[in-house]
Amino acid sequence: MPQIFHPSMNTIARVSIFGAVFILTAIIALLLLVVRSPYVTDVGVVREQPVPFSHKHHVGDVGLDCRYCHTSVEDSSFAGIPPTKTCMNCHSQLFTESAMLQPVRDSFATGQPLHWTRVHDVPDFVYFDHSIHIHKGIGCVKCHGPVNEMPLMWREQTLHMKWCLDCHRQPELFVGDRANVFNTAIDVQLDPVAANALVDKYHIQSKTDCYTCHR
Amino acid sequence: MAEHDNKTTAADLLHGDYTYGTVTDKISAVVLSGRTPRSWYVGFAIAFALVMLLLWAVTYLFVRGVGIWGIDIPVAWGFAIVNFVWWIGIGHAGTLISAILLLLRQEWRTSINRFAEAMTLFAVACAGMFPLLHLGRPEYFYYLIPYPATTGVWPQFRSPLMWDFFAVSTYATVSVLFWYVGLIPDMATLRDRATGRFAQITYGILSMGWRGSARHWLRYQRAYLILAGLATPLVVSVHSIVSLDFAVSIVPGWHSTIFPPYFVAGAIYSGFAMVLTIAIPLRKVYSLQDLVTIRHLDNMAKVMLASGMVVAYGYIMETFIAWYSGNIFEQYMMYNRMFGPYGWCYWLLIACNIAIPQLLWFRAMRRSVPALFILALVINVGMWLERFVIVVVSLHRDHLPSSWGMYYPTVWDWATLLGSLGLFAALLFVFIRLLPMISIFEMRELVEEKQEQAP
Repeated sequence: MPQIFHPSMNTIARVSIFGAVFILTAIIALLLLVVRSPYVTDVGVVREQPVPFSHKHHVGDVGLDCRYCHTSVEDSSFAGIPPTKTCMNCHSQLFTESAMLQPVRDSFATGQPLHWTRVHDVPDFVYFDHSIHIHKGIGCVKCHGPVNEMPLMWREQTLHMKWCLDCHRQPELFVGDRANVFNTAIDVQLDPVAANALVDKYHIQSKTDCYTCHR
Repeated sequence: MAEHDNKTTAADLLHGDYTYGTVTDKISAVVLSGRTPRSWYVGFAIAFALVMLLLWAVTYLFVRGVGIWGIDIPVAWGFAIVNFVWWIGIGHAGTLISAILLLLRQEWRTSINRFAEAMTLFAVACAGMFPLLHLGRPEYFYYLIPYPATTGVWPQFRSPLMWDFFAVSTYATVSVLFWYVGLIPDMATLRDRATGRFAQITYGILSMGWRGSARHWLRYQRAYLILAGLATPLVVSVHSIVSLDFAVSIVPGWHSTIFPPYFVAGAIYSGFAMVLTIAIPLRKVYSLQDLVTIRHLDNMAKVMLASGMVVAYGYIMETFIAWYSGNIFEQYMMYNRMFGPYGWCYWLLIACNIAIPQLLWFRAMRRSVPALFILALVINVGMWLERFVIVVVSLHRDHLPSSWGMYYPTVWDWATLLGSLGLFAALLFVFIRLLPMISIFEMRELVEEKQEQAP
């Protein structure tokens, strides 16, 4: 009776046994890595904007306060995107001939708002409120990163639920003095005694119930 | 039968005058001869039509959601859970036969273990389908798997539904392994006997290079025994954990410590009923009366009777405890079960599971093939009704009378149940056609034993 299989099948069979284990493991590991990669999370990926607005220039060099543009951050869930008029407060006098600013002037002339691309957007099933975080001493840079060093805006954090929970489970690792919330230069972790004192002072509760965010 | 002795001899388990060659011919011919009986085509056609019904029902379910079923509050667990528990219970016989009876050296298992294991796998496949359909959003079933998710949360490890996921998936995995390892020497037999190139290659790959050397057999026996040892606790654990899905809750009729052993006994009961339901037509159609003998049917009937008595004890204890506890909710639950709107289900289940199977005490009944077949069907129905009574009747009137309600299955509930029966049958038909339904090499061992025992 002739052989059904060529002798090379011996090697193929052995390789396939090990391969099945390692390839399956590799596929699962790859999937877990991909969902955490910038390809999916957009961390560090610069978004294209209608005008190349530089936070580095306006915050880092000029020294504008966050609230100059994001006016509702202390009172509302939404920090607020400034109207074109806010830009024109200065740019009616400065760089009035700049080509880069042409869309701003057009917007001001026509009344059509600029279509900024939103960089930080949590899903609609997540309830997020800026004001409560500001009032509990969570500095802007804790989530948004060093915006004073970003020529163009990118996402500094994954916005994964785990990232939210990391802070909600251990707020003492992230809390800062309320007075420094808008200070982009201060992004330090307080020593445990001071941090826990602030947690007590601000009545910060470790809110991890589902309905805290999924209302 | 003049003198009835309790010792089963090889001659009881293998009739006729078989040699190694002829017993191999007999079993492998079903797969290799290509002469498929007409009844196979008829049966498969019916089963296939039911699979199409299942696909239709499931597709509509995915489009519209679980609202097409009769479930509502208070009865949020309807047919899907009833069917799940029923199927997973049926899936217990295979591993019991292959693992526990192997360890207990019950040799009569050899001619029924292969298709009982296959039946187990297909029943577990049917069972596994139902919780996923019941999820409503089946694409999120992977939330049950503990993996490092970007959400930073884990499944609720304190929930029996979570344990259930592990119990059933472990059981399915070990059952597949057990079945496959048992098939390897027979795959090699088929490889060597097949004439077509495709069959040679397919069975060749599946037999994993089996040559039947002494070393192969040594390792094979070790692996098989280890797997049997692994599978044995699973026979008890799976349905225990399924029962905890109910017992851990506080619903009257569910919150009961007797549930795990009572469920396990019920599982073995229904599993053996299903093995008989399949074995009886199979031995007839393929003329396997010499291999699956009356002695086998008799033994299975005895296991059924024993496990049925444990189930009966469970029913009696439930009733007794309802009275003895003095708990008004338990008492009302029992009263409602017997005399409420679903009372007829309870009495039908008592008839099917306890009253009628008492006929098995009679030797003549155990050895009458048609009677045994009808009894097996009756027990299958009874065990389904038991799960219906436990799931639906307990839920429909619980602690709070203001939220009482009725459950009426819709046409989609029935279509899914019938469809799952079709899927089970279709898989069995394919199995019978493509793989040896009786372990060939174990039958050869039996031939040898018979020759040794012969005077």
